[in-house]
Amino acid sequence: MTHATATADQMRPPFPAEPGAGVYSNKLGMWVFLASDVMFFTALIGSYIVLRFGMTDPWAAPGAVLNVPLTAFNTFLLICSSVSMVKAYAAIADGKKYFLRPVPGKMLRDGGLKLWLLVTIICGAMFVGVQLLEYTKLIGHGFTPAGFREGSQLAEHALADPVRFGAATSGMYGSTFFTMTGFHGFHVTCGVISMLYLYFTKVLPEKYSANDHRGIEVIGLYWHFVDLVWIILFTIVYLI
Amino acid sequence: MTTAHVRPNYMLIWLYLFVMTVAEVALAFELPVSRNAKLIMLLVLAVVKALLVALFFMHLKFERWRLRLIFIVPLPLAAILVTTVILEKVW
Repeated sequence: MTHATATADQMRPPFPAEPGAGVYSNKLGMWVFLASDVMFFTALIGSYIVLRFGMTDPWAAPGAVLNVPLTAFNTFLLICSSVSMVKAYAAIADGKKYFLRPVPGKMLRDGGLKLWLLVTIICGAMFVGVQLLEYTKLIGHGFTPAGFREGSQLAEHALADPVRFGAATSGMYGSTFFTMTGFHGFHVTCGVISMLYLYFTKVLPEKYSANDHRGIEVIGLYWHFVDLVWIILFTIVYLI
Repeated sequence: MTTAHVRPNYMLIWLYLFVMTVAEVALAFELPVSRNAKLIMLLVLAVVKALLVALFFMHLKFERWRLRLIFIVPLPLAAILVTTVILEKVW
């Protein structure tokens, strides 16, 4: 592929500036941001570990307070959205700007960028929706960021079985749970909004091409990172 | 750098992630293993899943080392941060 033509390849060197890491500046910037985000989540997860394992009183057993099947479904949604994101990236890298296109001799139609990014947006939005539903149910049952609400269903369970429900540590449990999952949910929400913006301003008007789809690669990196963080959070918050 | 490379089978990675998630939930609630063994196995599964996402979906496997370093550098820093706070708590 030649670089000095009108269809200059913006994704591969030589491109203007930023020769150091060998990537275009938008991508380098996203990686640096993700590195800083690693430290952000380390602060949250680290304090959770210290608080939880520094407690002498027992923490609530996995599944006692939280609805694990619902969250497992949410994890599945986020994994699916990560795959559809990478399919969107692969589609536009091959120059497939379309939604669906018939393939001669095949039953299934071939999906392009417009389809796969839409699937990603829908899965991401559903994740946020399910998380909001989870929060609503939890708060309804009496699990708040300040612990079990007095007189609630969960507070009664905790009185009957203080070890299984971690009655003595419920305040710490509530605050760490809502802080960690809340900040993650905020990341997902920002991702969905960014993808929606790209969808209407760049993807639908077909501004991306095989030679320049930097926006899709950069938002993809962010999206996969959010999925990666959720994989860790799901294990340490819900299953352990 | 987006070099030309053999594209990984993304659906296969998705299948691995899905199967490992099911395994995690089964391990946490169904299998009769000790708490510590469960803890270690769950953490290993989570790390493997995170690595799959980073290597294949984020294409770190196909990037040059200069770029990988940007993502690797905060990891020891994270370990130091958590260890220091734990030590502070222990004393």
